[in-house]
This record gives sequence, structure tokens and C-alpha cells, in this order.
Amino acid sequence: MQGLAYFTSASGNTGRFIDRLGLPAFRLGAGADPSVLRARPFVLVCPSYSDGEGRGAVPKPVIRALNDPAIRAQLLGVIGAGNRNFGPLFGHAGRVIAEKCNVPLLYRFELAGTETDLARVRGGLAQFRRA
Amino acid sequence: MKDMAPATALRAVNWNRLEDEKDLEVWNRLTSNFWLPEKVPLSNDVPSWATLRAEERELTIRVFTGLTLLDTVQNTVGAPALMADAVTPHEEAVLSNIAFMEAVHARSYSSIFSTLCSTEEVDAAFRWSEENPHLQKKAALVLDAYRAGDPLQKKAASVFLESFLFYSGFYLPMWWSSRAKLTNTADLIRLIIRDEAVHGYYIGYKFQQGLAQVSAAERARIKDFAFSLIFDLYEVETRYTAELYDGPGLTGDVRHFLHYNANKALMNLGYEPLFPAEAAEVNPAILSALSPGSENHDFFSGSGSSYVIGRAVATEDEDWDF
Repeated sequence: MQGLAYFTSASGNTGRFIDRLGLPAFRLGAGADPSVLRARPFVLVCPSYSDGEGRGAVPKPVIRALNDPAIRAQLLGVIGAGNRNFGPLFGHAGRVIAEKCNVPLLYRFELAGTETDLARVRGGLAQFRRA
Repeated sequence: MKDMAPATALRAVNWNRLEDEKDLEVWNRLTSNFWLPEKVPLSNDVPSWATLRAEERELTIRVFTGLTLLDTVQNTVGAPALMADAVTPHEEAVLSNIAFMEAVHARSYSSIFSTLCSTEEVDAAFRWSEENPHLQKKAALVLDAYRAGDPLQKKAASVFLESFLFYSGFYLPMWWSSRAKLTNTADLIRLIIRDEAVHGYYIGYKFQQGLAQVSAAERARIKDFAFSLIFDLYEVETRYTAELYDGPGLTGDVRHFLHYNANKALMNLGYEPLFPAEAAEVNPAILSALSPGSENHDFFSGSGSSYVIGRAVATEDEDWDF
């Protein structure tokens, strides 16, 4: 069974999504050592912070973790969080990570996600688990 | 004559001593997003404007005067009212950027008007905006909160204006754009939408920070206020929407968009959505007009035909461009 890792900033949208998802998840950037992610495959849930040109989309604690090849090797896929109001850059961090790390962008949701988003991600992760 | 120091020392803003990292993050975001309407080649929409029927032109100008009114409120009353409550000097500076950009937004609609419309059409629409009871009512509801509310109530009202009230208006240029009409105007509106998203996010964040400082009873009181205000605003919005969009038969579609944006406004405040998922399901053409080129890679729901998968594997900090 794969694990789950996420980043959430002080505004807490992604954190609220993870809470409602109700699955155990490792929080990046909260002080805990991310090397535990080397142990088994995981899916990353990551919000986006880019400027209007797409720069700086991926939060630094996520970059630091993914710069460890042993962690990167366990990354199965990424779920991007964001806001469609950012136009073509909606959930840009998810796309950047997928391209950098050669993994699928599994899903995107807005802000703290809706019930529909939660159901799709639960279903998607369960399927992913069986695969 | 001797210099007299004021009773409390005035504080110069020091951006190298942050009390809240989010202030600098949002300042950088907003300043790098800075734009002016002259950047958008609105005159390319002149031929498209000429294809609209008279009632479609009237609707479009009315919608834009309605948006102008809300931007004016936010520029002259909303953002300055929030500045008085700022808890850090950097927050005050960010709000001054927000106030100015609201003036840019209000000014942009006049750029659209001077490019596309006749003076008579525009004057008539501005009169309409002053006389329309629903539009005046929604602005008044927000102004009441700005004038009489406490700091948390003012922030909630501001987020509702930025993340909810604008969208009955934003719908129309997105709808035109989905039909390949007024596409340059839509580009300008997307710049406004992008700014409003950052404003709603930031003020919603400051709201949540403030809420964490107060008692459970006070939190409950604020939540009651917020939900009762959004109900009141929603009621007015549905009447405003019907008046504008019954003609072209779009009211139902716009209402879904209102529900979707009301839910997002509540999320910015850290609250749960109000409208159920089916009621907040937005016409996909409008969603793709909002975020063009960001096609649906919906691997988990099975509706996406493909998903993004990249090439590069080696990553260095520099690659990520921060």
C-alpha cells in the first residue's frame, strides 16, 4: 500500500483536504525528517504558489524532499491543489513536479477541495493501491 | 524650537524583519502580477463587438458597470477599512497594493468602454448601476459590514466581495470567450480574476489567523455572522442574476457558477462549502474559459484522455526556479 505526503502553508487549504480525506499522511515542511519517505512508495499532494509567469510554484520543503533521489524514487504520482482563477497556471506545482520527476499528475482540486474531489481521490488512491 | 516626539513612536516598515512570512509571499506575488489595461489589445475586439445584438451589448455594459461599482467600493472603502485593522506593518503595505489594484480594475472597465462603446450607451449603463436596487443592495450590505463590523466581520465581507460577488459579472466575459467573442476583453478580465483570487486568499488567511486568537464563543458568533451575510448576499445575487440573465436564458447556468464561487469564498475563510456538489457543478465551457490551456488531466475520475508525465529526472534546486 502506498503512502501519502503533503505540504500545506499557514492558510491550511491542503491540510483541510487531507484531514477530510481521513488517510494517514506525512506533512512536509513541519519539521519532521522527510527521509521516512524513502521507505515505501507514496503519492504527493501539493499546492501551488507560482507568480504570473509560473515561477516559484513548488514550495521549498517539497523541493528539498524531492532533491533526495531515494525519496524521488518512491514518488508514484502527484495531486495538485490550486485555484482555477490562476488560469493556465491552475495547480501549476503539480504539473512541474510531474514533469520533473517523471510521474503522472493524478488529479487536481481547488483550495480545500469539494466532496466530489474527496470521493475521486479516495477512489483513485484505492485503485492505485490494487494496481 | 525643539522637536517633540509623538507619544507613540511611529514605526517604519522593515521588510527584513517579518512577523508573518505570508505578507512577503503575497507582496511578491501581487507585485509580480502587476498590470495595466493598456497591456491588453482591447481594440482587437472591435469587430467582435459589432457582431453583438443591441441587447447583448447592453447586458455586457451593464455587467461591467456593476463590476466597476464593486471595484470602486473595494478601492475606496474596503481595502482602506482593512488597513486600519492590519496586525503587521507589512499587512498594511500589502493592503495598499490591493487598494490600488482595485482602482486599476475599476479603471479597466472604462478602457473597455472607451474602446468598444458609445458615450451614450456607457452613460446609460452607469445610470442603470446607480438605480438598480439589487446592485445597490449588495454594495450596501458589504459597506454596512465595512462601517460597523469588527475586524473579523470586515474581512469576511471583503472575501465575499472579492471571491463571490464579482462572479455574476465575470460569468459573462467567460461565456463570450467560450463562444470566441470578445476574447481580448476576456484576457483582461482573467487578469482581474487572478488578482481577486490572491486578494480573497490573503484576506481569508488573515481572517483565519485572527479567528485563531479569539474564544470559541467568539468564533461561533463570527461564523454565524459570515453565513448569515453570505445568505443575504446570495439572495440579492440571485435577483440581480435573474434580472440580467433571464433575457438570454443563462440564469440557471450563472447560478451554478454563483454556488461554486460562494463555496470557494467560504473555503478562503476556512469554512466548509454551503452548496452541495451538484448545485455547484459549473458548465465545463465556463471552467475552461477560466483556465484556458489547463486541460483536464483527470486521471482519477477516468474522464481525462491522458495525463501529464514528464521527461527529466535529475533535479537541482536551481531547476525549480525560486
